[in-house]
Amino acid sequence: MGLEQKLGNMGVVTMSTEKAINWARTNAIWPMLFGLACCAIEMMSTQASNYDLSRFGMELMRASPRQSDLMIVAGRVSRKMAPVLRNLYDQMPEPKWVIAMGDCASCGGVFNNYAVVQGVDEIVPVDVYVAGCPPRPETLIDGILKLQDKIKKEPLNKWQ
Amino acid sequence: MTIPNLRIEESPKNVVSASDTQLDITFDQLKKLVSPRALTGDNMLLNMGPQHPSTHGVLRLLLELDGETVINCIPDIGFLHTGIEKTAESKTYTKAIVVTDRIDYLAPMICNTAYVGAVEKLMGVDVPLRAQYIRVILNELTRMNSHLVWLGTHALDIGAMSMFLYTFREREMLLDIFEMVSGVRMMSSYFRVGGLWRDIPAGFIDAVRNVIKVFPDKLLDYEKLLKENPLWRERTVGIGVINKEDAIAWGMTGPSLRGSGVNYDVRKAMPYSSYDHFEFSVPVGSNGDVYDRYRCRVEEFYQSLKIIQQALDKLPSGPVITDNRKVAPPPKHEIAYSMESLIHHFKLWTEGFRAPEGEVYFSVESGKGEFGVFISSDGGVRPRRVHFRAPSLCNLQSLPQLSKGCLIADIVGIVGSVDIVLGEVDR
Repeated sequence: MGLEQKLGNMGVVTMSTEKAINWARTNAIWPMLFGLACCAIEMMSTQASNYDLSRFGMELMRASPRQSDLMIVAGRVSRKMAPVLRNLYDQMPEPKWVIAMGDCASCGGVFNNYAVVQGVDEIVPVDVYVAGCPPRPETLIDGILKLQDKIKKEPLNKWQ
Repeated sequence: MTIPNLRIEESPKNVVSASDTQLDITFDQLKKLVSPRALTGDNMLLNMGPQHPSTHGVLRLLLELDGETVINCIPDIGFLHTGIEKTAESKTYTKAIVVTDRIDYLAPMICNTAYVGAVEKLMGVDVPLRAQYIRVILNELTRMNSHLVWLGTHALDIGAMSMFLYTFREREMLLDIFEMVSGVRMMSSYFRVGGLWRDIPAGFIDAVRNVIKVFPDKLLDYEKLLKENPLWRERTVGIGVINKEDAIAWGMTGPSLRGSGVNYDVRKAMPYSSYDHFEFSVPVGSNGDVYDRYRCRVEEFYQSLKIIQQALDKLPSGPVITDNRKVAPPPKHEIAYSMESLIHHFKLWTEGFRAPEGEVYFSVESGKGEFGVFISSDGGVRPRRVHFRAPSLCNLQSLPQLSKGCLIADIVGIVGSVDIVLGEVDR
């Protein structure tokens, strides 16, 4: 049906397990459907018709943290939301990654005040920071591609 | 094998573990929110949110269920409290425009209009007619933008997936226009006290005319998909009904109020930014259910297009910002030869302008309802107190009323139909 009929006998591919697993992980990231504020609208634009995130193997947004392996923190995290966010992160199965989308999630943005957590990295480990207020969909896609590069290079024993 | 003696601990700590660590709420206070049947376990208590795809942000609902029927719905808000009002107090009048974008992030230009309108009222500044007309055009485009996001997500919640893809495709057209005028897709901050940041760029008029040309066809597509769709009607007609008197009593405004048959629109009742120069009607529903609220918003698309058309046709030429140098900066070229302009520029950029002492309230019609700004000034360069009257918050109050006795599956439809945006609710 597929490639092997066109090419005939393809023989044997040798590859390290680490590379094979990382290759599989890279192209099937399931992000969590989790929006907080303004950036969530741009995240929705990224998934929608014009930018079409599914080109990068990420079309399956899961509403449940237990089925997802990427958390895109899209928006400002308030002090009240912070424990909820940490709870969601803890519920995600490993391996898991976090993208801090936008200035608020990265560093507090314009809201340097009592209510907003000054960067989501106070609560969860962040892999990629995406700048912008809100970042354009292209910027988010760039951030995701950066994350994919990062996953490709990850040692296997990082997730145990 | 012996079964251990199961006994429910009397300590309230076991029942409310998550809440009482953050807030000092006693168990007795929480008990009053639900019926006695819920405490005995006959009714089910279900937590919905704050991470839920259909709550349009981070709204948490505590639902008391008898089978599938919702007995009580208790909203828990504040998960997106950003301290915007407090932040605005620490910024000068001009700088605070930036935080108003982020209140209702689906309609930033409307929030800008309300805020700069309030400051203009406080200062007694006149806005040139051209600036007012451009504000009207952008306000209406923003209203369409807000309604497009609402339509897409509301339909998505109920199960019409394709609507989301269509509305977000059309929304990009509007975002391109916002980007054209302000350089940013969403958080535009294009309006200034006394007018606009700069005049509209070349190509703006053509882009807006293109929207007017293209949109009726697109709206027809949406109507074909939803208006007479039996599945859609089944999920919306007669659901979440609120009558006229209750809607007014709960402080609802905007399409959520008009769906119940009350003809109240700030653009008509208290015209601002020369809305009284344009002919348009206010769509009003009759039944006050989810379907009527949907119809009101969709009809508003046509009215918005009508207003934009008129504003483009009548767009006057002239300056786009007031020549009051105490408020608006002088043009850059003037600084080169005029000492006075240089001083004005320096004062505005280092200190900002001082507003006279007093209190002012100014409201506009946002996509959600009456968006009001209250500013109290002590004569300084920063406002003493800024308060925003958020329509989403007032509309959200009616949620327990709307959802009483409905089925659990209808909750997402009802939450969608009041069109809340949590950035505005929690601020």
